[in-house]
Amino acid sequence: MPSAEEIRQRIEAAIPGARAEVEDYTGGGDHFRATVVAAAFAGRSRIEQHKLVYDVFGAEIGGPIHALSLKTEAAQAQADATSGAANV
Amino acid sequence: MSENQTNPIREAISEAISEHETILFMKGTPEAPACGFSARTVAMLQSLQAPFAAVDILPDPRIRQELSAISNWPTIPQLFHKGELIGGCDIVTEMYESGELAEALELEARDAEAIEPEPIVTHSNGFTPIQNRLS
Repeated sequence: MPSAEEIRQRIEAAIPGARAEVEDYTGGGDHFRATVVAAAFAGRSRIEQHKLVYDVFGAEIGGPIHALSLKTEAAQAQADATSGAANV
Repeated sequence: MSENQTNPIREAISEAISEHETILFMKGTPEAPACGFSARTVAMLQSLQAPFAAVDILPDPRIRQELSAISNWPTIPQLFHKGELIGGCDIVTEMYESGELAEALELEARDAEAIEPEPIVTHSNGFTPIQNRLS
């Protein structure tokens, strides 16, 4: 059963430049909520953005991962993300 | 989709999607949703007084398999309008909160024309033709 951390790493590894926050919101290891920000989402519809994330997990969605609730956002520019991180 | 082998469930789902302007594939029925995501999606549609047909995917696992093959979307619920996938619970929620959902379902235009609200169509309409082909 995947952990929230494993799901985060897999999303970030599969979608170039993606930054993900993942929480296991029932604590049961099968209901996850993820917020993903990626430059790759720019110019894509919400449906297409969510599909990019679902595609990382294929048949695991609906199987071991019962639910993966998504919020996606196109990253404005690489510079914004880094300067934001530097300010923290 | 001109396969030689006929796939009655897939055909029934495709027909249901094209025959109903707005159709929701869900777990359970609007009256008795069997999953929180389906329940939330129904509640948002009802709060907009959107007329929609609903199909319960639970009675046969093949309904979900074929639906996901058609839509290329892995999760349930799935909301379609005029044959196009609008999204699942997350996208419908975002669109509901931003006001885009009413726009996407063309509810404002309908109100402007002062058409009487249609009754909400439940599973009997969308589901029966699919169920009939399961045996």
